[in-house]
Amino acid sequence: MNFGFTEEQELLRSEVRKFLDDNCPLEEVRKISESPEGFSREVWKQIAELGWLGLTVPEEHGGADLGWVDLVVILEEAGRTLFPSPLISTTLAAAAIRESGSAEQQARWLPRIADGSAIGTLALLEADDIQGAEGIRLRATEDATLLDGEKLFVCDAGAADLFVVALRSGDGPMDLRLAVVERGAEGVASEDLPGIDLTKRLGRVRFDGVRLAPEDLLGGGGHAGAVTTRLQDLGAVAVAAEMVGAAEAALQLTVGYSQERVQFGQPIGTFQGVKHPLAEMYVDIESFRSLVYYAAWCLDEGHEDAALAASRAKAYASEALARIGIDAIQLHGGIGYTWEYDAQLYLKRAKWARPMFGDADYHYERVASLGGL
Amino acid sequence: MDFNFTPEEEAFRAEVRQFLDENLPPEGERDLAFMTGWQQKVREKGWVGFSWPKQVGGGGGSIAEQVILKEEMARRKAPPLGNCFMGLAWVGPSLIEYGTEEQKKRFIPEILDGTYQWCTGYSEPDSGSDLASLKCKAVREGDEYVVNGQKTWTSIAMWSKWMILLVRTDMDAEHRHKGITCLLVEMDTPGITVNPIKNMSGGTMFAEVFLDDVRVPVENRLGEEGEGWRVTITALAHERSGIAEVTSLQRSLESIRELARSCVRSGRPAAEDPRIRRRIAEADARIEAMRLNGFRFLTKQLRGEKLGSETSINKLLRADLEVELGELALEIQGSRGPLARGADLVPDDGKWQHFALSWAEVVIGGGTPNIQKNIIAERILGLPKDP
Repeated sequence: MNFGFTEEQELLRSEVRKFLDDNCPLEEVRKISESPEGFSREVWKQIAELGWLGLTVPEEHGGADLGWVDLVVILEEAGRTLFPSPLISTTLAAAAIRESGSAEQQARWLPRIADGSAIGTLALLEADDIQGAEGIRLRATEDATLLDGEKLFVCDAGAADLFVVALRSGDGPMDLRLAVVERGAEGVASEDLPGIDLTKRLGRVRFDGVRLAPEDLLGGGGHAGAVTTRLQDLGAVAVAAEMVGAAEAALQLTVGYSQERVQFGQPIGTFQGVKHPLAEMYVDIESFRSLVYYAAWCLDEGHEDAALAASRAKAYASEALARIGIDAIQLHGGIGYTWEYDAQLYLKRAKWARPMFGDADYHYERVASLGGL
Repeated sequence: MDFNFTPEEEAFRAEVRQFLDENLPPEGERDLAFMTGWQQKVREKGWVGFSWPKQVGGGGGSIAEQVILKEEMARRKAPPLGNCFMGLAWVGPSLIEYGTEEQKKRFIPEILDGTYQWCTGYSEPDSGSDLASLKCKAVREGDEYVVNGQKTWTSIAMWSKWMILLVRTDMDAEHRHKGITCLLVEMDTPGITVNPIKNMSGGTMFAEVFLDDVRVPVENRLGEEGEGWRVTITALAHERSGIAEVTSLQRSLESIRELARSCVRSGRPAAEDPRIRRRIAEADARIEAMRLNGFRFLTKQLRGEKLGSETSINKLLRADLEVELGELALEIQGSRGPLARGADLVPDDGKWQHFALSWAEVVIGGGTPNIQKNIIAERILGLPKDP
């Protein structure tokens, strides 16, 4: 029984923290996130060299062959500093290729992902905004050679070089497919849309008569539905891991302010009206932190509870961070809702993260049905 | 990360399961004769006082084994291990740490055997959450203390032979915690009056206790004079990760799922109502968070670190859950919710109505949720102390 991290993982955590503190403090994050691309190519190159992008890529393709528990360590730190980058998107694209790509397909794309030369992302959702395999309506021709339509709510759509696209070549459950489409292919157009959280980009990809070769299609048919569900669970846990870090940073900021800000002759943190909401934040953070760690472990182990664990984690995180973002601002008073002060950044992250890979409504309903209701 | 127990620990789990298969009948068939035999058998196994050292007659179980034993017992809704509830929870741990050899020899075997009950004389009418303000006074006269004052919310005082009592022996102590002393008092000592108090579920589990010139031999002092606060805080620190409570919450939630499937309200099974589904799922996630928090605490202990105030996290989660599960169970029943035991329309013979009125013992007993929040805010987050 050991529900903790290894020494190597703790070392990784302190390296990541140091790198981000040195290279990407919040002043820098603000600058980067207000730039047109929304992330820094320079820092991207550096984190590729540090091995973050190849973390879960097999060694023969230039990666470290580690799992989601290790990724959680990096993402918690990334969340703490609201690090703007397509790290989660790219890692998820790598996971799709790794889990259902042939040896040739892995050799074709994974080394480019691991060395930072290709940014990847998942393109799953459409206008109906339905999570899961049943939401996939995008139709290719029956022989899956020609693609027309669009994918929405695609993370880092503007920056991505590789899109892992969920599509169907017919109406049956076995007609689901995952295809890797390169940004340069003829007929592909992608863009980011304006968003609340400048540190995260969300956009749209259009496919206008895009040609698909057999080697662009991942895995066998049939399994694509299950793979999509697993990718969503991986995505939900990755986003939730960043939410742990962001929530903790918001709490720290607010605790610090409550210790310093004096009203009625005392630091406001003396008053239970301030103290108790902060204690509640702490309880929530520690709780969804536990759920996130366990979900990551279940995903790595292929544990039968993996779907349930991922849903519990993302559901709890979505609700808790939303509340923490709001409470952090209220406890600060006037300063909290200025553009200059950092509290608002966490509130905006909460708004971005809430629906990503399923909101609390979606995941709690899934918990209910997996629990036998 | 690794959620598996060692082969030795799993062997212990198998031993516990086998024991339960052989010795524990279904819930409906547990009569008095069974209960008496049960206590003898678990005592022989060394499972009463399982965490206590073997030298004093305890089981000497490791931290992991303690968790396994509690989990398995809760899973099968087994009766408690040992009869002397307060003695096992509060008195024993303090005796082990602070008792004289004579005191240990005299009291610990009887606590383990459940020969009689102990009660805890801590709270007073004016000293609840602020326990250190207690006023019950003891004055030394030769080889005796003469005690005067009142205790209240004293669980099972009317059925107890002994009481562990906190009194003030030094009114002028520089620090008010230093003026407190711990005494062990026999309940039939002249001058003690016990008045049972009826609680909101209609039961009588606690009482007020009046002490009027009660004479206690000095040899029945536990720890030194003025050391009473530390003596009792030690016992408080034995409160653990909360993993055992999780198993019982999981079982309650499973029964509530059943209830939601069988209860019809607004013309359909409650289990089809999205709001009920949502609340059941939220409770499920919170119970799981408690379980996993507990495993994080356990990991810390296994790595040789001491548990601190973080256990308040699970106390708060549990407090919310005990209340919420009761509310949920009644809301699922719709118009049947306000009925009670004896009504032919009430599900499960009113057990949920009783459940929904019984959370206070757990939620208030071990320190109210607001006090737990103060503990987290001040000791973990480092906020200034409340005046």
